[in-house]
Amino acid sequence: MRGGAGTVVRTSEPSKLRVRRRVREVYARREVLLNLVRKELKVKYTASFLGAMWSLLNPVVFLAVFTFVVKITNSSFAHFPIYLLSGLLAWNLFSVSLAGGARSVIDNANLVKKVAFPREVLPLSAIGVALVDFVLQTAVLLLFILVSGYGIHLPELAIYPLAFATLLVFTLALTFWVAALNVRYRDIQHLLNIALLVWFWMTPIVYSGFLVQDLLSGRSVLGVSLWGLYLANPLAPVVMGFQRALYGVVLPAGADRPVLPDVSLAWLAVVLAIVLVASVVFLLYTWRRFFELSGDFAEEL
Amino acid sequence: MNPPALEVADVSKKFRLYRERPSSLKARLIHSRMRAEDFWALRDVSFDIPEGSSLGLIGHNGSGKTTLLKIVAGILRPTSGMVRQRGRLAALLELGAGFHPELTGRENVYLNASFLGLSRRETDAAYDGIVAFAELEDFMDNQVKFYSSGMLVRLGFAVAVHVDPEVLLIDEVLAVGDEAFQAKCLDRIRQFQRDGRTIVLVTHALDTVTQICDRAVMLHHGEVHAAGAPADVVREMRHVLLGTTDPGFVPEEGTRQAEIASVELIWGSGSSETAMRRGDGLTIQVDVRTNEPVADLDVDFQILDGATNHAVLDSRTSSHGISIARFDGKKRVRFRIGSFPYTAGKYWVTVGLSSRETGRLYHVQTQRYGFDVVDAVRIQDRIDVPVDVEVEDL
Repeated sequence: MRGGAGTVVRTSEPSKLRVRRRVREVYARREVLLNLVRKELKVKYTASFLGAMWSLLNPVVFLAVFTFVVKITNSSFAHFPIYLLSGLLAWNLFSVSLAGGARSVIDNANLVKKVAFPREVLPLSAIGVALVDFVLQTAVLLLFILVSGYGIHLPELAIYPLAFATLLVFTLALTFWVAALNVRYRDIQHLLNIALLVWFWMTPIVYSGFLVQDLLSGRSVLGVSLWGLYLANPLAPVVMGFQRALYGVVLPAGADRPVLPDVSLAWLAVVLAIVLVASVVFLLYTWRRFFELSGDFAEEL
Repeated sequence: MNPPALEVADVSKKFRLYRERPSSLKARLIHSRMRAEDFWALRDVSFDIPEGSSLGLIGHNGSGKTTLLKIVAGILRPTSGMVRQRGRLAALLELGAGFHPELTGRENVYLNASFLGLSRRETDAAYDGIVAFAELEDFMDNQVKFYSSGMLVRLGFAVAVHVDPEVLLIDEVLAVGDEAFQAKCLDRIRQFQRDGRTIVLVTHALDTVTQICDRAVMLHHGEVHAAGAPADVVREMRHVLLGTTDPGFVPEEGTRQAEIASVELIWGSGSSETAMRRGDGLTIQVDVRTNEPVADLDVDFQILDGATNHAVLDSRTSSHGISIARFDGKKRVRFRIGSFPYTAGKYWVTVGLSSRETGRLYHVQTQRYGFDVVDAVRIQDRIDVPVDVEVEDL
């Protein structure tokens, strides 16, 4: 099942992960990945009248509800719906991928036990499903930004690809990890749910990033800067990147204090680049772990 | 000569059987050393499969056949040893692997085909053939949750036989569908053989092995017990299979003063296929050949239910008042059963030649012959079945 007409040798040794070769092997079986994603989407929306429209409806309702809430509470948070969604969609991609990825191998136990294919396909398909929702919902958000007259902030938008790449690599790395570990220790998926809840509030999605910066800057515990510690959560700079790209302005017109952390675009780009590099290293580690453990999935399940 | 398509060298597989699997962190922390027992599913299994040949892998349940197939397919890792495989390989361990009830027949074909290694374009090309093979033209846009199990199996097999591998592993999936469909599947396997593909077939249907395989390997408790020509390995398999339930089992014995030259099972319809319907007439025709003159020959048979190993029917010439006079040469004895009344299943026939006077055995072939009964209700008790006997000189 490795494609091509080459010779395949199977021994007791877990083979070492050779990234380039493995990518080729996974790519050769991309049909499985595409079909699994298609299946998941199809099953998710089967027998529902609106189908994929539900994915679109979600951000639409968010935008409507928060526009209304901001209006009636007379909140000083300028354009809160756009701020919220630009961070939340990124977070959803992350958390939905992780939750789906953790279950991906055990949910497909029957396949794993009966069919040979690169096991990476399973967590990848979970990410694929989350990615489809992400793309649809981002389209809704962009449409809202344009139609509502909020507008695109051009230099800031340039950071979007970097933030997206960082999010994707970090999500991939962590998803491989939880997918592999969850096969042996089913606690992982429960642990994950709690961890994600805490993690969500450790990330500036609902509240303003500037507030945190204002609160933590200059403070330190045992010589460690608290603001630095806050940014050590990879999702914090990633979400800030998304917000900077879509929400755009650090200090909205007429506001008395900034909404986004008061940092330069270049500074944010550097932080994201560091997180991206670290995520790539992390990915190489978790992928190796996944690859080694995947040889025994059929036995563990 | 080409290198073998598949080399299995000293493959062993150990499973750890946990009393209770430590499937949570807590269990893992508390019982740092879990009670586990090692179970060797395979021990030092070696064989080669030449390119273009077909190997039948047989053995009783739990003998390690499927484990071996999974290792060859790359689903399990061997504990030691090595498998070398040349060319594209497809493993049919389960029909319709990954079929999802909510998807339509068409969608499931594409999903399943991708698992078996077909690209979308290849599936497009094979699609009409798959649908025609499964005979499901009118149902492809229905969700498969509305399919009958027979339809599912047909669709699964149809996809499976349209993969285009150089090495094909098949695990016990041929015994599906009705007889017509099975025949179609076997035809397809023969087509694979003509195309020069390498096939490994795991099955309980021993007749299939003798019919279509070039070679057979029998696994017994994880070791290669016999390997060679299918007929020999299958015979050995029958002995071992029944021997395990009957420790005193001896396949063939006797003084050979007189010998069983041949035995033929003939149905009422006149055919000598290995399957019959309940109620069919059965004739057991025994040809006897003497090595020295025999004066007191008694010929008997016994039919055993393969499921329970209990005798369900027996008879002998002497109990019919027939005394075969002293002779030297050949004789033919026919036991006629007007209507075989027993339930569907496998039956074994033991044929014996012995002395009327002393009971000494001249020649016994224990459970050497077998047949299947299809379509019947189960009758548990022994019942009186009339048997006619006739003896003629040859």
